[in-house]
Amino acid sequence: MDWSVIAEYYPRLLEGAWVTLQLVVLSGVIGVVLAVPMALARISEKKRFNLIPQAYIFFFRGTPLLIQIFLIYYGLSQFEIVRESFLWQFLKEPYWCAIITLGLHTTAYIAEILRGAIQAIPKGEVEACRVMGMSKFTMYRRILLPRAFGIMLPAYGNEVILMLKGSALASTITLLDLTGMARTIIARTYTPEEIYIAAGVMYLLISWLFMLFFKVLDNLFNKHRLV
Amino acid sequence: MNKWMKAGALAAGVLASSMAMAGDKIRIATEGAWAPFNFVNEQGQLAGFDVDIANALCAKMKADCEVVAQDWDGMIPALKVRKFDAIVASMSITEERLKQVDFTNHYYSGGLRFLGAKDKTLDITKAGLKGKVIGAQRSTVGGQYLEDNLADVVTVKLYDNQEAVYLDLIAGRLDGAISDELPTYDWLKSEAGQNFEYKGEAFAKNDKIGIAIRKNDELKQKLNNALQAIREDGTYEQINAKYFPFSIY
Repeated sequence: MDWSVIAEYYPRLLEGAWVTLQLVVLSGVIGVVLAVPMALARISEKKRFNLIPQAYIFFFRGTPLLIQIFLIYYGLSQFEIVRESFLWQFLKEPYWCAIITLGLHTTAYIAEILRGAIQAIPKGEVEACRVMGMSKFTMYRRILLPRAFGIMLPAYGNEVILMLKGSALASTITLLDLTGMARTIIARTYTPEEIYIAAGVMYLLISWLFMLFFKVLDNLFNKHRLV
Repeated sequence: MNKWMKAGALAAGVLASSMAMAGDKIRIATEGAWAPFNFVNEQGQLAGFDVDIANALCAKMKADCEVVAQDWDGMIPALKVRKFDAIVASMSITEERLKQVDFTNHYYSGGLRFLGAKDKTLDITKAGLKGKVIGAQRSTVGGQYLEDNLADVVTVKLYDNQEAVYLDLIAGRLDGAISDELPTYDWLKSEAGQNFEYKGEAFAKNDKIGIAIRKNDELKQKLNNALQAIREDGTYEQINAKYFPFSIY
């Protein structure tokens, strides 16, 4: 073991960790924004609204993230029509391809988590809203969605940590995230043990930060919880 | 005997036989994504110049060999931990690799060359490359050249294998690529590569390709002897002629 390589290369690993952090946060934001309408459509009483979210969730949960990344990065670029559209300025960049794929992927999971949370709200609370004469819109905005958010937090925190680890696959499309950077350094130093250990420790630190963040959120949203 | 004991006995048997196999055989690793040197053919088997050379050497050594596929960037670490015994995968003999492993004498020579689209000009001087996006495979001589010499003027993109470099050339994400000259020779003739061409002349032509083995492995001497034997008896020329109309030694 030659630990001096870590001292030499840790600034580059930190650069990679910064990219990883961006991937997780940005795709997470996309995920939450898209998951709300997705989950609502999924539980809509109008059956025709159920179909699109069901198909979407079926596809994104049922195929490997790696395949989804390849399909978006290498697959879409094969079509001239994509290369000539305005979308190409984003799809050209591995960075945006990774964020889009991770975002779409996590949307499917968050939508399911959110659906479960909404459906787990005690019946009495929903009935209380109705008795108050709230419109459906107000009921969701003021009561159900905030309640569901509190209920889903632990599962959602879990999903964010999973995405942190899933983001390592972005290194397969030339992105220098933490894993990509580690592999590029190893290509030169041939010291996989040392560099991967260093990268692993950085992943642990990042996930520890996320866990702390979700703990704070949990205390905020669920302060009235009894157990 | 109850079924758990049977299962245990079976597992032990499989383990023992696979360990015995590992003892007798020389395991040779190649990448399988570097046509025409090593690739997976239509029957799903490893084939190419490297594989032919490996088989010819094994025949000369009268050894029982097994050629296995291994991802490029994990190859040297895997050799060091004895996942296999030799790498015949068009690996250039470099200073940095020599610190980790040993090499036989070279079995062919190569050089680097730029690739680009036929309908676009690519000035390969340092000034001309300013601001361009240039790709290469990670952990190759080309990739290292790019990082060492051009990283300050171009955007460097490193790929897991050469085929991914080609895909991004076609997609237009790359203005150009640096690659070993010989493997791309084949691709440029193929349908996929028809809109691309070499840009400028080959450079870094002192590139010698050898077989990597662990340090102080007696296999090195055996392989060198076999290499000399296939050079002398014409086997090498036959294999060479199968892939290139000129000598690549």
